[in-house]
Amino acid sequence: MATLNVLILVCLGYVVLLFGVAFAADRMAAAGKGAWLRSPLIYTLSLSIYCTAWTFYGAVGNAARSGLEFVTIYLGPTLVMISWWWGLRKLVRVARSQRVTSIADLISSRYGKSNTLAIGVTILAVLGGTPYIALQLQSITLSFSIFAEADPSGLYRQGASVFWVAAGLAVFAILFGTRNLDANERHHGVVTAIALESVVKLFALLAVGIFVVWGVAGGIGPMMERIDASEIGQWNVDAGRWTTFIFLSAAAFVCLPRMFQVMVVENADEGHLRTAAWAFPLYLLLMSLFVVPIAVVGLDLLPEGSNPDLFVLTVPLSQGNDWLAMLSFIGGFSSATSMVIVTAMALSTMVSNHVVMPIWLNTQEGAGWVSGDVRSVILISRRVSIAVVMALGYYYYRLSGGGAALASIGLVAFAGISQILPALVGGLFWRGATRTGALVGLSVGFLLWIYTLLLPGMGGVLMTETVLQNGPFGIGWLRPQALFGIAGMDPIVHTVMWSLSLNTVAFCVASLLSFPSPLERLQGAQFVHVFDHSVALRGWTGSVAQSEDLMIMTQRIMGAGPAQEFFQAEAEKQGGRSSLPEPTPAFLERLERELSGSVGAATAHAMIGQIVGGSSVSVEDLLAVADESAQLLEYSSQLEAKSTELSRTARQLREANTKLTQISEQKDSFLSQVSHELRTPMTSIRAFSEIMRDSDGLSGEEQTRYAAIIHDEALRLTRLLDDLLDLSVLESGRVNLNMGGDTLRSVLDRAVSSALAGSNQTLAVRRSKASERISLHTDLDRLGQVFINLISNARKYCDADDPVLTISAHDVGGQLVVDFADNGSGIPPEARSMVFEKFARVGGDKAGGAGLGLAICREIMQRLGGEITYLPGQGGAAFRVRLPLAYQQAAQ
Amino acid sequence: MSRRVLLIEDEPNIAEAIRFLLTREGWQVETHADGADALQVIQGASPDLVILDVMLPGKNGMEILRELRTLEDMQGLPVLMLTARGQSRDREMAENAGVSRFMTKPFSNTEMLTAVRDLHAQATQS
Repeated sequence: MATLNVLILVCLGYVVLLFGVAFAADRMAAAGKGAWLRSPLIYTLSLSIYCTAWTFYGAVGNAARSGLEFVTIYLGPTLVMISWWWGLRKLVRVARSQRVTSIADLISSRYGKSNTLAIGVTILAVLGGTPYIALQLQSITLSFSIFAEADPSGLYRQGASVFWVAAGLAVFAILFGTRNLDANERHHGVVTAIALESVVKLFALLAVGIFVVWGVAGGIGPMMERIDASEIGQWNVDAGRWTTFIFLSAAAFVCLPRMFQVMVVENADEGHLRTAAWAFPLYLLLMSLFVVPIAVVGLDLLPEGSNPDLFVLTVPLSQGNDWLAMLSFIGGFSSATSMVIVTAMALSTMVSNHVVMPIWLNTQEGAGWVSGDVRSVILISRRVSIAVVMALGYYYYRLSGGGAALASIGLVAFAGISQILPALVGGLFWRGATRTGALVGLSVGFLLWIYTLLLPGMGGVLMTETVLQNGPFGIGWLRPQALFGIAGMDPIVHTVMWSLSLNTVAFCVASLLSFPSPLERLQGAQFVHVFDHSVALRGWTGSVAQSEDLMIMTQRIMGAGPAQEFFQAEAEKQGGRSSLPEPTPAFLERLERELSGSVGAATAHAMIGQIVGGSSVSVEDLLAVADESAQLLEYSSQLEAKSTELSRTARQLREANTKLTQISEQKDSFLSQVSHELRTPMTSIRAFSEIMRDSDGLSGEEQTRYAAIIHDEALRLTRLLDDLLDLSVLESGRVNLNMGGDTLRSVLDRAVSSALAGSNQTLAVRRSKASERISLHTDLDRLGQVFINLISNARKYCDADDPVLTISAHDVGGQLVVDFADNGSGIPPEARSMVFEKFARVGGDKAGGAGLGLAICREIMQRLGGEITYLPGQGGAAFRVRLPLAYQQAAQ
Repeated sequence: MSRRVLLIEDEPNIAEAIRFLLTREGWQVETHADGADALQVIQGASPDLVILDVMLPGKNGMEILRELRTLEDMQGLPVLMLTARGQSRDREMAENAGVSRFMTKPFSNTEMLTAVRDLHAQATQS
């Protein structure tokens, strides 16, 4: 009989071995050696974490109690692996491309990074996982107790052993589960240790089975007879339970946090799933091969009332085969430890990422991201989370007293965790699935699970017998184990049926009724169409080809010289075997930092990810890139605006320049015309004054005539200067208006008499004096000046035989309109636009004017707030003067 | 022998002054006040000398001169040009057009008479 001390030594030795294997595997992975660490075999073996102590011990117990029903627990995963491996492949691809760290992260990521959902899934996982951990602790304790009973020393104390087991497992999980933060870096050490453990437990179970069949029963033939004789051999299938259990185990296989960890997060190559699709069912087959024989023999050999859950141990012990029992104990120990370690890791990642970190970041108000200590905070948070999860399991075990049958705890946990399934599968294959749908579905399923299975299962503590019998407040159809009055079902079947169906219905209905946010839409597309835009993960293979690609990319961004220098320096740092550095994580990190200086962090990350990671660009990356592009866009649109502004300024300058040039030309032309107008009278004056000075024999008549010419020309000069000054004052706008009130009639009277005075030319002026009784309030002198000018022009230029000027006045809508029309030949159309310009004279007639009169008239009318225009179609020359009667201050 | 001058000038007072001065010198003076038909008048009158104003109604004196110089038998006709604008650009333009002498208004009578005499002497010598 092996003593307890030996057992403890063996256990410690085994744990040390596990530590060693895990440590060595981590070292090899870090050194880039050990390709077998990433082989499909290791992957498949790590999947066997599905077989916990529950399957190791519980399957036999289950068979002893319920016959062949235990097979359902193996059939579920087998069906998933064989018929749904393509679905698993999609799951792996999505998780990889989204850098998912846990199932909570996956669900949250799919539904628009909702942390509410992540927290929900985390709570569900912890609630489902805690009893499961307790279950493993219980199995270890029970198996210990078997040996302790036989131990005479009496050293063994149950409570203390559980505590130390829990603490040891926590240490292991902390040591190997939280060495790295990045979800992309897999936990090679842990996975390798688990693979080893799965070999150990299979070996142990097979050894016990072979011993039972050949050592106890005496071969296959007698064994089959024994089975036929026992109750277990009866083919007694309850279709409802079978279907439910197969479905449940299949769902749990996909949804369990620890399964998600090894199957999805730790997956190094999608191709491994192909191997696992046949190898894992084979493993399960081997695991289940001897369950029935052991159960049958155990029932035969052991006394009534022995715990069938421990037959795997007690059968060899009863036959005195201590070493086989020891091996069997190690097998069970393996199953329990591997499950606890991975579950603790997976749960701690969820708790830390979705509960602890958000809270911590909120309290830090973002300052933590700037300082570099976030990494250590995350590590501490994960380690504490592992300890907390283990503590929860430990206390659950202490509270529940470890009485319930192993199998039932496992199934309760399965039913709870399966509530994730609708949101998970819906998220992978249905773009219409929304965050609201997932939340509602998950909540419905979760609450039903608690109400119909978890609480009633805890036995009277939280739910009284009355409620179970009569429903809450006596409402019969709400009885926890007979919802809607459907009674008589197996509690598990009842719960699974109601919770999952209502969960699914709620999920679909709420999804259809709600609208996804843009991020959800994007993520939905990324998930559902993951194969359209991502590359298969080929594992991390440090090839020089990648380095070349990186070099080419870096050259494009940084320029050839700096890029080569950087790569050279990196290669030397790595030992300098080749001119290109190996794409180690450290190198990639430095490269990313280097590149982000040029193209922005998000873009650099996405670019390197495209070349090295084999991962597709995640939505976060895309959004970050879009952010950067938006900034660039904004910058370029600012540049564009500036350039538009510049070209507008340039155009304005050009226009101003053109205008200045025009003004300069006008000034030149004006000066030239003024010069002409001055020189012409001066020429006559000079010529005749010289004649009169130099010529003695001039007649008196000639003298008088020439003196008159000199006088006229002098007057002409004076008029010209007067007009020029007048025009200059009017144009400069500095004119002072001398406002006064009178009637139009008297203004016209004065103008006509002034214009016709001292002239022998006959001009008849026709007026309709009745219409001229219009009161004016304006600068009467200036208006009169305009009228005089117009009448004088008619007198001077009207070429009719009997020149007649018709003056007519109207009041048109508050405007005074005075038309001056003569009966001459008028102004030719091509000259009409010129008549108001300075020095514009039509025809060659020198009537003494310098051509400034109409220009002055135009200026005056502008000052008075009116206008003067040429009036075509009147036979002769005609002008129209307009003046607002309600005088307003004219524009200055 | 009578010397004939054709005066093309639209300012009547200036034309009268020049007529008075040249008549006293023994010239036979014809006057014309319009630019439009000045070329035909010159051709028809075939004078010994032309005095041409620049600012003329109908056609500019510069143009008249330019067209005149394109005519075969008008290359050697002395043309004295008078202008009231007095800018150096006008002088250049006139010289390019083939003017014989260019004077700016107002001018002294002596100056004008000297110019006419010189031009006539040059024309009769050649």
